[in-house]
Amino acid sequence: MLGQSSESSFWLPVNASSYGGEVDWVFYFIYGVCVVMMVLIVVLAVLFIWRYRHRPGVEPSRLSHNTPLELTWTIIPTIVVGFIFYFGFVGFLNMNTPPRNLYEINVTAFKWGWAFQYPNGHVDQNLHIPRDRPVRLILSSQDVIHSLYIPAFRIKKDAVPGRYNKMWFKATKEGEYHLFCAEYCGTKHSEMYAKVIVHDPTQFAAWLEEAANWAAKLPPAEAGQKLYSVRGCAQCHTVDGSGGIGPSFKNIFGESQKLRDGSSVLVDEDYIRNSLMNPGSQIVAGFENVMPTYKGRLKDVEITALIEYIKSLSEHYEAPPAAVEESAPEENATQPAAQHSTGGENTKP
Amino acid sequence: MTIATTASPELEPAARSRNYLNQTRGLRSWLITLDHKRIGILYMVAILGAFFLGGVFAVLLRTELISPGPTLIKDPVRAWDFYNHMFTLHGAVMTFMFIIPAIPAILGNFVLPIMLGAKDVAFPRLNLLSFYLYAFGGVFFVWVLLSGVIESAFGIKLYGGGGLDTGWTFYTPYSTSTSSAVVPAVLGAFILGFSSILTGLNFIASMHMLRPKGMTWFRMPLFLWALYGTSAIQILATPVLAITLLLLVAERTLGVGIFDPALGGDPVLFQHFFWFYSHPAVYIMILPAMGIISEVVSVFSRKHIFGYSFIAMSSIAIALLGFLVWGHHMFTSGQSPVANAIFSLLTFTVSIPSAIKVFNWLATMHGGSIQLKTPMLYAIGFIMLFSIGGLTGLFLGSLATDIHVHDTYFVVAHFHYVMMGSTLFAFLAGMHYWWPKIFGKMYNEYLGRLAALVVFVGFNLTFMVQFIAGAHGMPRRYANYLDEFTIYHQISTIGSYVMAAGLVMVAINWLDSLVRGRPAPENPWGGNTLEWQTTSPPPTENFARTPTADDPYALHKWRYDASIEGYVKVAE
Ligand code: HEM
Ligand SMILES: [Cu+2]
Repeated sequence: MLGQSSESSFWLPVNASSYGGEVDWVFYFIYGVCVVMMVLIVVLAVLFIWRYRHRPGVEPSRLSHNTPLELTWTIIPTIVVGFIFYFGFVGFLNMNTPPRNLYEINVTAFKWGWAFQYPNGHVDQNLHIPRDRPVRLILSSQDVIHSLYIPAFRIKKDAVPGRYNKMWFKATKEGEYHLFCAEYCGTKHSEMYAKVIVHDPTQFAAWLEEAANWAAKLPPAEAGQKLYSVRGCAQCHTVDGSGGIGPSFKNIFGESQKLRDGSSVLVDEDYIRNSLMNPGSQIVAGFENVMPTYKGRLKDVEITALIEYIKSLSEHYEAPPAAVEESAPEENATQPAAQHSTGGENTKP
Repeated sequence: MTIATTASPELEPAARSRNYLNQTRGLRSWLITLDHKRIGILYMVAILGAFFLGGVFAVLLRTELISPGPTLIKDPVRAWDFYNHMFTLHGAVMTFMFIIPAIPAILGNFVLPIMLGAKDVAFPRLNLLSFYLYAFGGVFFVWVLLSGVIESAFGIKLYGGGGLDTGWTFYTPYSTSTSSAVVPAVLGAFILGFSSILTGLNFIASMHMLRPKGMTWFRMPLFLWALYGTSAIQILATPVLAITLLLLVAERTLGVGIFDPALGGDPVLFQHFFWFYSHPAVYIMILPAMGIISEVVSVFSRKHIFGYSFIAMSSIAIALLGFLVWGHHMFTSGQSPVANAIFSLLTFTVSIPSAIKVFNWLATMHGGSIQLKTPMLYAIGFIMLFSIGGLTGLFLGSLATDIHVHDTYFVVAHFHYVMMGSTLFAFLAGMHYWWPKIFGKMYNEYLGRLAALVVFVGFNLTFMVQFIAGAHGMPRRYANYLDEFTIYHQISTIGSYVMAAGLVMVAINWLDSLVRGRPAPENPWGGNTLEWQTTSPPPTENFARTPTADDPYALHKWRYDASIEGYVKVAE
């Protein structure tokens, strides 16, 4: 169940981070100021419209200024916004003063997904964190500006190519939360969705251990299938022959592909490996050079697994008996984004 | 008490029926006209055309969002591209071609010289040139944007380019890497910017050179003060946009590496340049609106404007402070926390002069004799929407809360309240206020008020829920969304249909008045600014004899005369 559904209020989603409460407090403080001001304005307007409606024979007043009054309504708002600035500033300072002993996770944003890399090398497309432990995310981007946004934590930071932005938070409630990209980044900006999963602190280490080795523990084609969604291939390549941003994987293994420069190439192990390492070097006719490189981001065993998976999508290739969809372990560590409820081609059951 | 019709008693009846509309005939006489009033009308046709286009796409955008998943086009990837091209078109056309020019170019052009008692603006030829820059830049811009929408929707290529899918903000490095036609689009925006600069220059020169006898700076109507502040920003800020756009073109075509980190550039630098123009530009949009509201609230309350000099000075304060707050668009970009704090503090200082104006308008109504005619209804709508927009700005100026709502629908709602709610409502107030003067015809008052009500209700229905969606975390510029946001989007979409219906009623009323409207008196509302002291519509030279200005809000000098359904001056 998503954390949001249980205790969100009319204005704000559920709060699951340590400083969320402070943000909410400022939010409601400003909200209070707004309500008071708006009621004042509406009441005065309605009152005046009624009280001073046009009536024949009644002369309007000729009053045209009143300096003390004008000074009053200049000074009072000045003081009020001074307070709002101060509270907002203090709340912001806390977001910028991380405690020590942070658990660090490297985040790479790309069109259109996230790669969260853990200290032990495991890369996940969802963000898993332990409860009650301050976490720091170190953000970078492979292509354009993205922005990592977790409403339940009241936190957002841009991932800017060429620089490392940092953000920290401490989750206070276990559960699953939304993670969005908030900076417009092209075609599938709205599909750039991931989950934040807050684990019980004692079980987090166990999860991480398990997650890090999952690919090696599965039959290659099956591991490849999961990698296909986990590492963002599914964002651009379909496996059923339908269109996409990149070529579909269906029935390509062992066939020859026409390239943009007019030449052709046989789709074999070498070609697939090269497409992962140097995506720009052999572009299939009719497609743009938009794929990011996976150089240094995939282990050899993972590349092999992906190759096996692509093989398994070809009719000429006989799938080993283990490559059955249902046999994936139920632990959702590496659950593909495909399962979020956004709709779109990722959501096909 | 003796009553005399003042305005132009020395005009013969034959001369009276000759006005700027019928002085000369034929399309050619319009296309080469140097008359500011005719140029105002040319702008009116062009800008309303742009508004219509932007409006159609607003409704299409909302329709796409009526349910999650692809709606108008079934194939998801194409649907997302289609949406991205559409919101770029909508945002860019509305910003560069409607809200920035609408009030200055249409109403400013028409009214400013007459309010100054002048025959024309200071540089009539420059005025015509700036119209043609708008027209050519606009046609070019729309062509690029529309062809992109058509290409992504139907796969039909109209030209080699591929439209624009960057959003109206052109953020790098997306804009330097997308395959869409950034360079031609930027060129269009560049030309539009020049049009804006020339209009600003012309207005400032006119106000310095052409003020009539009796009009000291502090007797200038507040609409003119507002146009003065606006023009100053146009002249100072627009060149920054022009340079930024040129840098973008250089980056894209030559790869000079100003914004590209791979070449040692900084992608966030673009945002600084961009907002250094675009934040002040928000005040280009809002100041003239405030000017109109000051006129309308005073006239329809039959009362002297309250706190004239506070209002005039707050226009200038807003214009100046508006230059210092651009960094509040970048609180999450990773700029230094110190910069964030300074920008936050400065942002709050701009809210004060805005608050002052709201209180002044309310105080003007106090003790008045209020007539809820169509322009006044829009003005009251303006005060409400502007207040909501301004107050929700407090959430965005405050650092802690901005981090949460930045780039969500909360921001979409906020800027529609300030930019569209205020500018559009003031524009409609001004159009109805000066319509009798411009065309010499009265519109249907009943239909006018009904339409104002429908537009107001539709507006709030559309955008109020977006505050809630945004606070709950719905990011903006999303072609698709999670199921839990559906209810907000549905209400919003229905609201947009209601508002569209209201705007259609406005259009029908105007067109109908041109055909069947009863002739307008010289001064239907009893204003004391100079434009009400000439015939409706005015003659080509505006006045038979150069008028003398006095206090523009000395409304007690005018009395209603039922026999002409207008106001006449009380002889002193
Ligand atoms: C029926 C009226 C309107 C509706 C339903 C409407 C709706 C929308 C929608 C759905 C978006 C996209 C939001 C997003 O995905 O971030 C948008 C963006 C925008 N609209 Fe409107 N809009 C309307 C009128 C206007 C008007 C009159 C203006 C200008 C005066 C305007 C200015 C903008 C701007 C500047 C953007 C930002 C585009 C961007 O994100 O770059 N809108 N509008
Ligand atoms: Cu993104």
